[in-house]
Amino acid sequence: MNTHPEPASSRPPRVVLYEGRGAAHLKAGRRFEVLHELLEAGYAVTRPAPAPSLDHEAAVTESHGEALIVLGEFGGGAPRWEDRAGRAAIEVVDLAHGDPLDRVHSSSEQDHAPRQNGWLPWFPVIDYDRCTNCMQCLSFCLFDVYGVDPEGKIQVRNESNCKTNCPACSRVCPDVAILFPKYKKGPINGDQVRSEDVQSEAMKVDISALLGGDIYSTLRDRSQNARKRFSTERDESKALLERKKCLKQLKKDLDIPDEVLMTLPSAGEIEERARRAKEKMEKRKARSKSEQDRRSATTEEWGI
Amino acid sequence: MSDREPRTEGRGDSGRILYCHCAYAKVVPVETKREVLEQLGASGAAFEAVPDLCEMSARKDPALARLCAGGSESAKLRIAACYPRAVRWLFHAAGTPLAKGAFEVHNMREQSASEVVAGVLNQEGEPAAT
Repeated sequence: MNTHPEPASSRPPRVVLYEGRGAAHLKAGRRFEVLHELLEAGYAVTRPAPAPSLDHEAAVTESHGEALIVLGEFGGGAPRWEDRAGRAAIEVVDLAHGDPLDRVHSSSEQDHAPRQNGWLPWFPVIDYDRCTNCMQCLSFCLFDVYGVDPEGKIQVRNESNCKTNCPACSRVCPDVAILFPKYKKGPINGDQVRSEDVQSEAMKVDISALLGGDIYSTLRDRSQNARKRFSTERDESKALLERKKCLKQLKKDLDIPDEVLMTLPSAGEIEERARRAKEKMEKRKARSKSEQDRRSATTEEWGI
Repeated sequence: MSDREPRTEGRGDSGRILYCHCAYAKVVPVETKREVLEQLGASGAAFEAVPDLCEMSARKDPALARLCAGGSESAKLRIAACYPRAVRWLFHAAGTPLAKGAFEVHNMREQSASEVVAGVLNQEGEPAAT
């Protein structure tokens, strides 16, 4: 299940792994172990540069709204740290006393330990150098991942609605403008787009046309046929096998996960969704135009 | 301020280093991540390590603004992550676009650990994509 990403206001604290003056130099293995453990647990880590000289003017760390934990082997005499911007309290944790992750976790309990809701960061990213604002992704996506901004430009609006491992919208994008950075293959993973990729994307659109002119109804029919078979079949496991077989080809063609194929709405619903999105966009455009007219009228009124 | 007080957090260096651990997927070879992180740690260079740039982008984490601030053509932000196109648009999606020419990306999905380390530490290596 794809749950929501945590808002930035609840982000976990940042850890500063400190080895400068006042703290011991960590052994390579130990340093890697600590860094790796913290990153795997979802903490961002800053490794500061060592102090250039004893008489160098001090520069303390700076928080940008997140809580800070300074981690190091201080030998019992932990130094005093200050937030340059004066916005965050800084907690100093001595690595010599117990497991570093336990120490950081317990220090961040009052804030927000990372990875609490288990959201997997799988969502589309738009390459605006390639995007032509054709809105195919918006019409195609069944989960309201896409929206339009006040200027009518396509944008990813609900990242957490995206179905993990489903790259279907990037498959229908005629301009290879949609990335899924965690996808296995290029160019969807962000690898360079080659001319043959553009050609093959165009062919995919043609294939969808060949499937009956409407890829949505094809998908829906497949899904409904599978459902019919499922309801009339006495042996449930056999029916399930049948259904899986039926969906296998589409899954292979578009790399769409079963979960998504099983929940496809009707072609009518998809058309309705596209109509609503278009309507919304036109309303926004009209609103923005009347706002502009109002502004210019005000400007004229004031003789500016 | 006593002699035991720490003095700096990587200020005034010739460019910043950002390492993405891609913690929530298995698309970056584990060995490459391990070697890059080990060598970065051993280098003594200041760097920022984040669990997962995708996750930060989805959250529109304000820390991304801090990470990309200060990059310039002469002191680039050097990023060890995945494909440059993906990294560029992830920052853009978060509302904190990377300035053109002010960053370079070293791809742990395609390059070897030693190439990535040489690149982010600004040593001789493969030219990076910007």
